[in-house]
Amino acid sequence: MLELKNISKTFYPGTVNAKTALNSLSLKLEPGDFVTVIGGNGAGKSTMLGAIAGNVQIDSGSILIDGQDVTRLPEYKRAAFLGRVFQDPMMGTAPTMQIDENLALAARRGQKRGLKWGITKTERADYRELLKTLDLGLEDRLTAKVGLLSGGQRQALTLLMAALKQPKLLLLDEHTAALDPKTAAKVLELSDRIVEENGLTTLMITHNMKDAIAHGNRLIMMDAGRVVLDIAGENKKKLTVADLLALFSEASGREEADDKLLLS
Amino acid sequence: MNFFSSLLNSLPGAAAQGFIWGLMAVGVFLTFRVLEVSDLTVDGSIALGGAVAVMLIRGGVNPWLAMVVAFISGMLAGLVTGLLHTRCGIPAILSGILTQLSLYSINLRVLGNKANQAISVDKYPLLVSQRYVRELSLRNPLPLLIFLCAAVVMILYWFFGTEKGSGIRATGANAAMARAQGINTDANIVLGLMISNGLVAFSGGLLAQFQGAADVGMGKGAIVIGLAAVIIGEVLFGKHVINFALKLGSVILGAVVYYFVLQVVLQLGLNTNDLKLVSACIVAVFLAVPYWKSNARRKEKSNA
Repeated sequence: MLELKNISKTFYPGTVNAKTALNSLSLKLEPGDFVTVIGGNGAGKSTMLGAIAGNVQIDSGSILIDGQDVTRLPEYKRAAFLGRVFQDPMMGTAPTMQIDENLALAARRGQKRGLKWGITKTERADYRELLKTLDLGLEDRLTAKVGLLSGGQRQALTLLMAALKQPKLLLLDEHTAALDPKTAAKVLELSDRIVEENGLTTLMITHNMKDAIAHGNRLIMMDAGRVVLDIAGENKKKLTVADLLALFSEASGREEADDKLLLS
Repeated sequence: MNFFSSLLNSLPGAAAQGFIWGLMAVGVFLTFRVLEVSDLTVDGSIALGGAVAVMLIRGGVNPWLAMVVAFISGMLAGLVTGLLHTRCGIPAILSGILTQLSLYSINLRVLGNKANQAISVDKYPLLVSQRYVRELSLRNPLPLLIFLCAAVVMILYWFFGTEKGSGIRATGANAAMARAQGINTDANIVLGLMISNGLVAFSGGLLAQFQGAADVGMGKGAIVIGLAAVIIGEVLFGKHVINFALKLGSVILGAVVYYFVLQVVLQLGLNTNDLKLVSACIVAVFLAVPYWKSNARRKEKSNA
């Protein structure tokens, strides 16, 4: 479903600040894969997601989504294949627009936007039903501005929007990191449900090792712009946080203590 | 008594000017509030619209057709600013300044290398003229101006409710989100600037007819009047007016109020030369107040 072939990205090349964020990284996702991604700060996790989404231009390599080469496609055109939820709850929605308008924008992802009315009556009824599944009371606030919602409500709404058009790939970029623990757990649960119900192929970055183990069917660990660990199926189910830490220091050749701080 | 009668006498003219500038202010609203871009092209495009309309009408073209061409000329000006911004990576504000500056030369050329060109309502079938503004007759410009304002509000209300228009609103509200939903934000910024400047030039065409002349300097400080109208509209009719049509309406009424206030100030004996200073001060204060308020709120929060 997703294929990254030897993608590389260096920020500020040729300067003292040169930083290799992706170092000939390769990765292949099968349809239905739910992959959690962990790694220390600067390991290249977010750059990888940015490269897939198109807001980071890679220096070399190629990116295929469902067999189609999207490497040179601008961000807004790749959106047709993708559903995205960002770390910052402010980023995924238009705050000055209504809840139903936000959903209607997402419902037209990948379609030509013409002079038809931006939202129809039947759509509104559908959205009301859809919002009911969140159990946040949003179904009664269809015409409220999204800017009035809490961070958790906005992430939940963004998840609905991301899944609305059955994306080929769902990208979750530490989407619970800015939420309080209780809300984060709720949003994660919702993510699991949406992924499962829609059978979505998913990449989820997280800073929380427990979450990385508990969710999805496959786990990758990144370090210095490459994948250093890739565990799937039964082996992943048996993983513990202690295992992960040991594997990480083995793979990266670094002190375990540092990584505890970075990763847990 | 003299004060009130002369003020009363000046009100119809102020209202007409207010409606004309209201259309211009709606253009400013589209960039400043909907797209969240500060576009300074408008000072040039209002004069462009005036020049194009006057020269075409003088050349015997039907005034309605001349207004259509004026609108298109403004759209082209917006296109240039938009391309400078999105394709050449020049900050929006500077792109607007560049277009505005080049329009000064272009407008002089349109006006036949003169600083102004008169157009008399005696010789040409003008749509609106200052001369009849206090007359109770069909020649009075006010009904037509009110009709035009209402039509523009309705058309824009429709357009910004469509899929395309919603995309432009999303672009202004959150560009990152818009791109993630497959919206070509660059194209939308250009389109928004075109519509805005088209409207501004249209208003310039009306203004030139109303005054009986197009002047290369007629747009100087137009952006400030536009902003003043937007802000007065928000202050008077509430920032929380949610309906888009009502928002546009409040911008137009904001322009009318602005001209009423100006008349009062003038009648009180202020020099016309001081008007630009007064306008700038009004806009500065109204832009500063919300900032101060939010600062005070933040302080309260951190103290709590």
